[in-house]
Amino acid sequence: MLHTVNKSPFDSQSLKTCLGLARSGSDILLIEDGVYGALVGTAHAAMLDQALKEVSIYALGPDLKARGLPEDRLIRGIKVVGFDGFVELASANDKVQSWL
Amino acid sequence: MKFSVMVNEGPYTHQASDTAYHFIRAALDAGHEIFRVFFYHDGVNNGTRMTTPPQDDRHIVNRWSELGEAHDLDLVVCVAAAQRRGIADADEAKRNGKDGDNIAPGFRISGLGQLIEAGIQSDRLLVFGD
Repeated sequence: MLHTVNKSPFDSQSLKTCLGLARSGSDILLIEDGVYGALVGTAHAAMLDQALKEVSIYALGPDLKARGLPEDRLIRGIKVVGFDGFVELASANDKVQSWL
Repeated sequence: MKFSVMVNEGPYTHQASDTAYHFIRAALDAGHEIFRVFFYHDGVNNGTRMTTPPQDDRHIVNRWSELGEAHDLDLVVCVAAAQRRGIADADEAKRNGKDGDNIAPGFRISGLGQLIEAGIQSDRLLVFGD
């Protein structure tokens, strides 16, 4: 399953809830303010490091760019995709769950 | 692959209208089909032609209309959500005794059954909102 998270973990519990419920092997795509969760060295980074052992985490490139977040400041293991990659993830997974 | 998209947030609010739009464009570019775009809750505000953003800003409503025309998209506004927010086509305006309609070109007003059908008929249903 593909999970999309569009809230910053500093504003909302949705990323934490998503990571807590996502099954091993899931894809998780951070979009909109959700991309703040991909940053290295934050209070939430350890949660993502742990999650990356079980799930794949992606961040939407245009949303990183819109917020001035350089890709070299992301947690190691998080992959950056464009909207074409978003479409590919939505195709490759049999369901898409939006954590709003 | 057949996609449907649900938009639950109005334009110029956070980012849901933009993300949904760019997702749909990317899906079309990749050769996928968009079965339907369903606008629900504040998302119905994506479908009023009265929207007049500053000239240097994107025109979210016109952008939907243009994409709809170019790709023959089914842009559906939920009737109950639309009535609450003052979005009407000619029939709805007449039925509710209003002095005018405001629905944007390419949009149509219909019921929640259209969302259910989209969920059944499509391979994937993606929800964008806040």
